[in-house]
Amino acid sequence: MTIASLIDTPSELTDAASSKTAIVLMTRVRLARNLAGNSFPGWAKPAQREEVLAACREAVAATAPMKRSLSINVDELSELEKQILVERHLISRELSGAKAGAGVVISKDQTVSVMINEEDHLRIQVLRSGFQLKKTWAAINELDSALEDRLDYAFSPTLGYLTACPTNLGTGMRASAMMHLPALVIGNQMEKVVRAVNQLGMVVRGLFGEGSDASGSIFQISNQTTLGEAEEEIIKRLGTVLNSIIEHELNARQKLLEADASKLFDKIGRAYGILQNGHLLSSGEAMNLLSLIRLGVDLGVFPDAHRCVIDRLFIEAQPGHLQHAQHGEFEPGQRDLLRAGRLRAEFANFAKPNFTLSSDGPN
Amino acid sequence: MANPLKCDLCSKPATVHLTQIVNNKVHKVDLCEECAQAKGVTDPSGFSLADLLLKASLNPEPAAGGMKCEQCGFTQADFKKHGRFGCPACFDTFNSIIEPMLDTMHKGTTHTGKVPQKALARKTLSDRLTKLELDLTEAIKSERYEDAARTRDEINQVKHSFGQKPPR
Repeated sequence: MTIASLIDTPSELTDAASSKTAIVLMTRVRLARNLAGNSFPGWAKPAQREEVLAACREAVAATAPMKRSLSINVDELSELEKQILVERHLISRELSGAKAGAGVVISKDQTVSVMINEEDHLRIQVLRSGFQLKKTWAAINELDSALEDRLDYAFSPTLGYLTACPTNLGTGMRASAMMHLPALVIGNQMEKVVRAVNQLGMVVRGLFGEGSDASGSIFQISNQTTLGEAEEEIIKRLGTVLNSIIEHELNARQKLLEADASKLFDKIGRAYGILQNGHLLSSGEAMNLLSLIRLGVDLGVFPDAHRCVIDRLFIEAQPGHLQHAQHGEFEPGQRDLLRAGRLRAEFANFAKPNFTLSSDGPN
Repeated sequence: MANPLKCDLCSKPATVHLTQIVNNKVHKVDLCEECAQAKGVTDPSGFSLADLLLKASLNPEPAAGGMKCEQCGFTQADFKKHGRFGCPACFDTFNSIIEPMLDTMHKGTTHTGKVPQKALARKTLSDRLTKLELDLTEAIKSERYEDAARTRDEINQVKHSFGQKPPR
């Protein structure tokens, strides 16, 4: 498979998330693995990096989920292609800026990606749309075991899988969920939630990981520690935390409606108006407006079937995807013009809002 | 003001004092205004305390002499600079500085999760093979032909249990 055909295939994330798990947009598990007897990528000499890259690319491409995958070196990718892969969460920002001797293998359906010579020799990742922690773990566990057949992992009985950074020792696993939490943001409760989640040993980050902002009220929640607990226990604990965040978000929505429904409907209605008629939209503003429309879908203001349109636009409104769709590179100012045009076209055919909710309230 | 607290990251006077309780363990970090800003401590959308603690724990001066990994040449000073290790063998070399770090960083200090059984079994076999081959050379050299024959049989057996795959 080529990078061009991969980019032209929609990402797993644009798949319709069912309404039951609407608050969790995506589940992701990643494993950090290294090869015994080789220096970590950040310390390895160029020749050593190339050797590890070749060995890993071969081993990864031979596994079942990677049939007809895209296997490519980072220096073969253009800046725009890298940006698109970052926006789809298929590679990290760190890998996109990597020096020579780094690569990635991405499955045909874009649910599996293995980064080679990022911070560790292997960063294996499986993602699924919606709330599917156990299934995602089962899939990555199987892939990891298949790789273990071909590669000698660096492992210590006491410290577990050995990783370049001691914060990843043990399981080398980071399990995360991308959550849409607009009511907690509107109700100014996010700070409280972040603090509570931190105390439970979990971390909250913005949409694109460390240091990114939470535009569109989208947050990533993941486990902070990796050593001293088995993978299944971490997954179970994270699941409990996520369920309690979902409950808080649903309560916050209920509260907003009870306190002053017209205030909330006003926000949703205005967002609809701007998306239908705006002419200049930055990606941050677009994300926040789309987030309100998505909340509208959850509340029954727009039909359920439109949620997947929003989830697709969350990705297509990003700078890389926008420029790819317009076949060129554009300055941020020009992009805002193009983005607004794109969204106007999408929303010209979008359902009209229906603000008369059924008597039993929103779901 | 006697002995004001210094920033854990840059040793300017600390004005931000952060205490966080994770898994019933108390973590304290003292930062100057600039580092607090740079690390996003004031950002309500969250920051990684683990990273901060890691960097802060690197700051105390390393014991005189400093250690060096024989496998990859990585030194304690390198770790202080990068916050990452050089190779898997570094975890043996720097065990004495890693161990105290783990206690604040993780939930426990011993791995209880998945074990790469197949990779480990393969390593055991290949270590055994290396040893047997040495024994064989030794036996032939000292003309102990009966031992040599027995060792050769054992080698064949081990090779057989590798199956189709040649040993690495």
